[in-house]
Amino acid sequence: MEYDVIIGLEVHAQLLTETKIFCSCPTTFGDEPNTNTCPVCIGMPGILPVLNKKIVDFGIKLGIATHCKIAKTNIFARKNYFYPDLPKGYQITQYESPLCEHGFLDIDTNGGGKRIGITRIHMEEDAGKLIHDLKGHRSFIDFNRAGVPLLEIVSEPDMRSTDEADAYLRELRQLLVYLEICDGNMEQGSFRCDANISVRPKGSAFFGVRTELKNMNSFRNVHRALSYEIKRHIDVLESGREVTQQTMLWDEAANATRSMRTKEESHDYRYFPEPDLVPVMVDNAWIGKIRKTLPEMPRERRKRFEDVYGLPGYDADILTQSRDVADYFENCVSLLDSPKEISNWIMTEVLRVLKEGAADIKALKVTPKMLTSMIRLIDDGAISGKMAKDVFNEMAKTGKSPGEIVKDSGLKQISDEEHLKSLAKAILEDHKKEVESYKKGKTQLIGFFVGQLMKATKGKANPELTNKIIKEILEE
Amino acid sequence: MLDLARNFRMGNISPLDITEKILEAIKHDPLNAYITVDETGAKNAAKKAGEGIRRESNNPLLGMPVAIKDNICTKQMATTCASNILSSFVPTYDAHVVEKLKKMGAVIVGKTNMDEFAMGSTTNTSNIGTSKNPWDLTKTPGGSSGGSAAAVAAGLCAAALGSDTGGSIRQPASFCGITGLKPTYGSVSRFGLVAFASSLDQIGPMARSARDVAVLYDAIKGYDPKDSTSVDRGYLPTTLDGLDMQGVRLGVPKAFFGKGLSTDVEGAVKDGIAVFKELGAKIIAIDLPNIRYGVAVYYIVATAEASSNLARYDGVRYGLRGGDASDLIDMYMDTRAKGFGLEVKRRIMLGTYALSSGYYDQYYKKASKVRTLVIEDFVKAFDVCDIIIGPTTPVPAFGLYEMADDPLSLYLLDIYTIPANLTGVPALSVPCGFSKEGLPIGMQLMAPAFKEDILLGAGIAFQDHTGFHEMRPQWNMM
Repeated sequence: MEYDVIIGLEVHAQLLTETKIFCSCPTTFGDEPNTNTCPVCIGMPGILPVLNKKIVDFGIKLGIATHCKIAKTNIFARKNYFYPDLPKGYQITQYESPLCEHGFLDIDTNGGGKRIGITRIHMEEDAGKLIHDLKGHRSFIDFNRAGVPLLEIVSEPDMRSTDEADAYLRELRQLLVYLEICDGNMEQGSFRCDANISVRPKGSAFFGVRTELKNMNSFRNVHRALSYEIKRHIDVLESGREVTQQTMLWDEAANATRSMRTKEESHDYRYFPEPDLVPVMVDNAWIGKIRKTLPEMPRERRKRFEDVYGLPGYDADILTQSRDVADYFENCVSLLDSPKEISNWIMTEVLRVLKEGAADIKALKVTPKMLTSMIRLIDDGAISGKMAKDVFNEMAKTGKSPGEIVKDSGLKQISDEEHLKSLAKAILEDHKKEVESYKKGKTQLIGFFVGQLMKATKGKANPELTNKIIKEILEE
Repeated sequence: MLDLARNFRMGNISPLDITEKILEAIKHDPLNAYITVDETGAKNAAKKAGEGIRRESNNPLLGMPVAIKDNICTKQMATTCASNILSSFVPTYDAHVVEKLKKMGAVIVGKTNMDEFAMGSTTNTSNIGTSKNPWDLTKTPGGSSGGSAAAVAAGLCAAALGSDTGGSIRQPASFCGITGLKPTYGSVSRFGLVAFASSLDQIGPMARSARDVAVLYDAIKGYDPKDSTSVDRGYLPTTLDGLDMQGVRLGVPKAFFGKGLSTDVEGAVKDGIAVFKELGAKIIAIDLPNIRYGVAVYYIVATAEASSNLARYDGVRYGLRGGDASDLIDMYMDTRAKGFGLEVKRRIMLGTYALSSGYYDQYYKKASKVRTLVIEDFVKAFDVCDIIIGPTTPVPAFGLYEMADDPLSLYLLDIYTIPANLTGVPALSVPCGFSKEGLPIGMQLMAPAFKEDILLGAGIAFQDHTGFHEMRPQWNMM
């Protein structure tokens, strides 16, 4: 039988605020355990939470970008359960009235574009982290992460394949990074994803029994886990059994999912309004203020790069992956109207240098002004494309202007026609045999002659001009 | 307290003298009023305060020996909430109110006994045993701030801080013949108050007279950014002259004089109202139709919040940890089984039930809605009157363990005090007479939110014309 796959995703995005959601401890990742803690985030008696308003700013930002309705009255709730990494015995989150609701995110799929509904986005605090000592049967708790702010983004069950789920995740991640809300690092856990999955016979109007899938800490694992779980569902149904509603863990080592808890074992979280926090009222002025700070969304920008600059979709996609790279591109284009040429340089040399140095493009020594004046030198025939690569590397290393580099290293291209002509004549004189072969029809020897001339000029001869001159002499 | 401050200024007695006297008396205290006494700290603070006292000084808290209920955090001084689970807990921070008192030079004598986590109205549920009523050692001082009330009444401190979630300042104040204020919710920071029921808890002053209460209230009130429910508004000092009662409208709710009210209390409170009438107040009968649900609403909301607030005592980070636990669940169970007393467990169970899935709408949500109705009753009532007046409790202090086995009857005794917590309005209990057995009786006054000045003004006016607050109990340090 054929099956429909139904996938909904829940993403937890750690926010790039400097301090935690209810206290002023730093949110830095990777510090010594329990150094970024205080009585608030380790749940000491008598201590009260005070909301960091930045979190609301971030939530509104994402809400606008995903076309959500922003709630005017925001109430926090307590989600009650016992676990050693949860200091207060409850997590402060939002329940009945999330900050954002009823939005959507457009994604690209093989079959064209698709709109994925966003059910809700709400604010909450992260828990600490348990570290198990495998030998000594002991466990340690690091509370540095306790109270780090999160946005939970819940999608509608609108995805129909692992590819769509993947596309949604990538689109959402890019949006979060673009908005400078989250660094999107899946391995470090600042962008985490859980999935709800069910399958049903193709065309059926009813949903099948779903399972929740946790512990997928990379795009690759999401893909593998979803594929595995879909197949498991189908196998269960094919064998005439029923899928059990339960929470599954992805076991990367075993390359399989395994049951974590069934519905009967699931927690009763006993949600109720958090009495220690007053409702946060979000008015139109607040939303308007945030709206003004919003950058152009990556998807719109991609489209504009195609329409306005005539870039291929591939180029537009790569250039808009990061807001800073896209800005860099546009700064270049404003200095020199050669979008495709600029795009080529950014996609190859600029991104390579960034990758090698893992540096920020803002810190790159090659400014848009330097890159564009280098491209001008190529266009003017002052340097060749090959020479330009050396110039670029020199710029990236030293921060010197391309003009300076060309002057200092004598890289300047020889474009003087009379000079090239006399050089060419001399070379042809030295290679009479080859000239004869050429004249007999072995025209590919033109490359040999150009090569000899290049050798003589240490590569400085203008290749196009050289080519043209040699041809003219031979054809005389 | 104001008298003592005057004597400090006149040089008749020094803060160190009185502090040493109190410390000595506490050593022979039959009331079990204190859990922790800070002898060294108190003496040092008293010595330091004494050096700062000048004839023209206008800081009435300087050198004043005060006691703090043991659910209010004190830096470097144990804060146990009268519970085994926190018996070893020493905070690294002061509650906002303690910080304020210390800055003003008050002398913190120690931490007073209470019902475990403020859950109770007798101090019976304390892990160190009950406190006793200085008017009659066989009677309860009330609770949960029973240690504070007994200490103030017996002179084991000049004034004290208590906390009031459903009457825990006012009921013991009335049982011990002192004056106690539950301030408006949000006017005194809860930072550092170990939470019982966050939406109802409020720290407040307890002292012999309404003037003293006003002075202590002024010292602790005000906006605190560390408490999100603290209200940011201008807080003016309370005038200590007494309110001119001419034309002031006193609302008397019919529901406060119904079944269950003892004749002694009824008589004393009616006499008290008559005093106000003589001073020119207008007496108006009012109706608060929904307060009959008050106790039911309270015991759902308070226990629900408590079940969550007390979840942090899990043995993981601080406080008691259960012994021979073989796994996590065992450790949780052992810790909480040993750490909490019977009443606390009862309330955690009730609250957990009220919040559980399938019952939430029926209990917690419904209770929240009825709470709104009670608030509306009060809004309407304050359209026609300035102060709501009635008894603080239906009966005077009862025998020490008289109701230990009957929690429901005990809960029902909170009937008059609970509405002020549900609605957030300020409420004051002032002594207004004695029972046939010679036990004090309290009268409760409630005013609209942030109208403590009217409340305290009326209390002062009443005490300027009566002498109940000046009566001293049988067991008295002085």
